[in-house]
Amino acid sequence: MTEIETRGILPVAISVDSPAESANLCRKAGYTFPFLSDPNTEVIRRYDVLHSGGAANGHDIARPAEFLVDTSGVIRWVNLTDDLRVRARPEQILKAAEKLQ
Amino acid sequence: MNPRRWNWRLWTGFLLCVVGFASYLPFFARFPVTRDVPWVNFALLAAGLVLLFAGLRHAFGDPQRYRGKIFGSVFTVLGVAMAAFFCYAVFHVSRQLPASADAPHVGQHAPEFELMDIHQQPVSLAKLLTTPLPRTGASPKGVLLVFYRGYW
Repeated sequence: MTEIETRGILPVAISVDSPAESANLCRKAGYTFPFLSDPNTEVIRRYDVLHSGGAANGHDIARPAEFLVDTSGVIRWVNLTDDLRVRARPEQILKAAEKLQ
Repeated sequence: MNPRRWNWRLWTGFLLCVVGFASYLPFFARFPVTRDVPWVNFALLAAGLVLLFAGLRHAFGDPQRYRGKIFGSVFTVLGVAMAAFFCYAVFHVSRQLPASADAPHVGQHAPEFELMDIHQQPVSLAKLLTTPLPRTGASPKGVLLVFYRGYW
């Protein structure tokens, strides 16, 4: 994540976790970028990244996805992994970030 | 008296299967190199199965010398079940993701939103695009929205 930040990109994490749960995660992992809570999956649905019943206990969660947005609000890169276990490698994000100047 | 030998292959093989099966989530899944393709777990399960079948061969082929016809069979069935379930989980379950066909595309405007941050303050996308970067204080050239599963 620090490499993304040095390229001038602000990472913003969004999930159904509550602010308290996210605060706990940030403290443990030392994250300094924003973590946003979407407990009703409202924004998750708006971006069509809902994983209905995807949590181990059957609750709705987000599927992993990344959207790179430039300062005019336009989406410049999207990553929708088709395998839960495979996350976007930092190199892919950095290459996309370099296109934003 | 001719005491039968300890059938080490059956025990070691079963242990390897258990380790291969159980170590993915708590350990190997943390590193991309062993998470994306769980080759270490596959290797452990394969080695475990090879030993189990070799141990069974000894138990059934040379029952005067080796123990393990019954427990060896049980171990082998369990080992095969663990390996099969692991492959099923890795190749099938983790691909059960929604298509997300209506997700916004490159070139479209990112849908606006306002959500609470960890300090219970409302934050909008417009505000994020002008939030100074935490480490440098510079203005961002863009924002990377990272949707993740949560439930950590």
